[in-house]
Amino acid sequence: MTSYLIENVRSKFPDAVLEAHSFRGDETVVVKKEALADVAAFLRDSLGFDMLMDLTAADYLPREPRFELVCHFYSTRHNYRLRLKCPVGGEQPSAASLTPLWPGANWFEREVWDMYGIRFEGHPDLRRVLMYDGFEGHPLRKDYPLKKRQPRIAHRD
Amino acid sequence: MTDRKHHELPKNWELEKLEDGRMVLNMGPSHPAMHGIVRVLLTVQGERITDSDVEIGYLHRGFEKTCENVTYNQCVPYTDRLNYVSPFINNVGFALAVEKLMGIETPARCQYIRVIMSELSRLTDHLTCIGANAMELSAFTVYFYLINAREALYRLTDSVAGGRITPAYTRVGGVTRDLPHDFKASTAEVFRTVRKNLADAESMLTRNRIFYDRLHNTGVIGKEEAIALSFTGPVLRSTGVPLDVRKATPYLVYDRFDFDIPVGSNGDNYDRYLVRIEEMKQSMRIVEQALAQLPGGPVNHPDYGVTLPPKEEVYGNIEALMAHFKLTFEGVKPPKGEVYQAVEGGNGEVGFYIVSDGTGSPWRLRVRPPCFPLTAGLSRMIKGAYIADIISTFGQVNMIGGELER
Repeated sequence: MTSYLIENVRSKFPDAVLEAHSFRGDETVVVKKEALADVAAFLRDSLGFDMLMDLTAADYLPREPRFELVCHFYSTRHNYRLRLKCPVGGEQPSAASLTPLWPGANWFEREVWDMYGIRFEGHPDLRRVLMYDGFEGHPLRKDYPLKKRQPRIAHRD
Repeated sequence: MTDRKHHELPKNWELEKLEDGRMVLNMGPSHPAMHGIVRVLLTVQGERITDSDVEIGYLHRGFEKTCENVTYNQCVPYTDRLNYVSPFINNVGFALAVEKLMGIETPARCQYIRVIMSELSRLTDHLTCIGANAMELSAFTVYFYLINAREALYRLTDSVAGGRITPAYTRVGGVTRDLPHDFKASTAEVFRTVRKNLADAESMLTRNRIFYDRLHNTGVIGKEEAIALSFTGPVLRSTGVPLDVRKATPYLVYDRFDFDIPVGSNGDNYDRYLVRIEEMKQSMRIVEQALAQLPGGPVNHPDYGVTLPPKEEVYGNIEALMAHFKLTFEGVKPPKGEVYQAVEGGNGEVGFYIVSDGTGSPWRLRVRPPCFPLTAGLSRMIKGAYIADIISTFGQVNMIGGELER
């Protein structure tokens, strides 16, 4: 099943699109990591996706590349949605930051860094947002144990 | 953003002076107007804020990690604790997301009940927001009027779901119980109280000189900027963008009701207040229409693979017994796939992104909390304003810790 949006992205980036599908009415495009910023800019400037509704990640541990970055875009002008995903892997996972395109991505990316340890190149201020400085590990990774205890941190006044 | 070195608390509670005469001031987390769990590091020049850094994370409980390790229906009580002043909206959003993943639809009566409970939750959310905001701006009487209305609504929802703040009302494929038989009459009575309290509060606030001056032209944000910052809900609508999930992508039976989406024009705190007041009236309109149209019939999905079979069946029928056992121990099993379901919460779009691997618990459950981008944008909204304006802006952002940090 193909649609207007998927066709548009596919014809503009024939080499970058890895997969596209529509499940239960949600349209998804999976692109290569290198093309993420370009595709996102195309979505914003040419297809009218002016709002980054959500940006998150998921960990599919045994699989390689293990992470997947998931962005949900929304267009307030045309009232449609699109999910853009890209696989991210390696020892030091990283992807291009979308903060220059949507300032709203700032904290979403900080949260992904905090929870999954994915770095965002070009992010103005990448530090933890929910956990504290000195927290060890990234809690939403599948290999982070449920009952792991953290070392005590020194008292700060 | 301030420099890294300024994140530490000033030593000995003295104010840290920068070379150019600016001061670093720490606001919260133990500040009555910071609602307990947000700390703002301000760099001020006299009374004016030149820079700020919002620090959150004091209420993070690992909601998403927890949900990856329990069955779908066991997630429902956790969703209560996301936005704890409008728990039904979270319950409904989660249930809708799982149902979308499974490709099922609940009976009509269930959908109406969910709409009614969501709108009652929106009322409690806005009442709390405006009441607390007014109290922080020293209009203490209004707080009691609005909390009285909220309490009446809580008693009403308590009679339905058996809980004031943590009802855990929905299940995948249905709701825990049907409405009580006298629900229509008691709703009408509660709405009389709410309307009276609301009219009293409005007469004390809307044209009140002090309240108006504190809210008007503070926390201003433009249309394009609000969209770029991923704002949703009353804060976005105050800028004039009529985005409401209930109208944009109607879920449940919202397309069957006649209601309006109020929008502002200035994008300031006063418009947010007016938008919230009007939304409460619209919510009551929706509930009254829904009660008038309310169809009969079952409230749960008939399939035994989705909702628990009735007890008589469980004890008298092997199929139902097995279904009961499987559902209790393994839970519902949606097919492999991923969905995103948005509902309109009190603060904006509440989105549930669920990835299923075909087992009884979600592989990934993500909540898009509406006040997360709002709190992120707080720095932008208070820049250049007076320190006192933080109170009104932060109050109208309606930061809810449970939802912000999950």
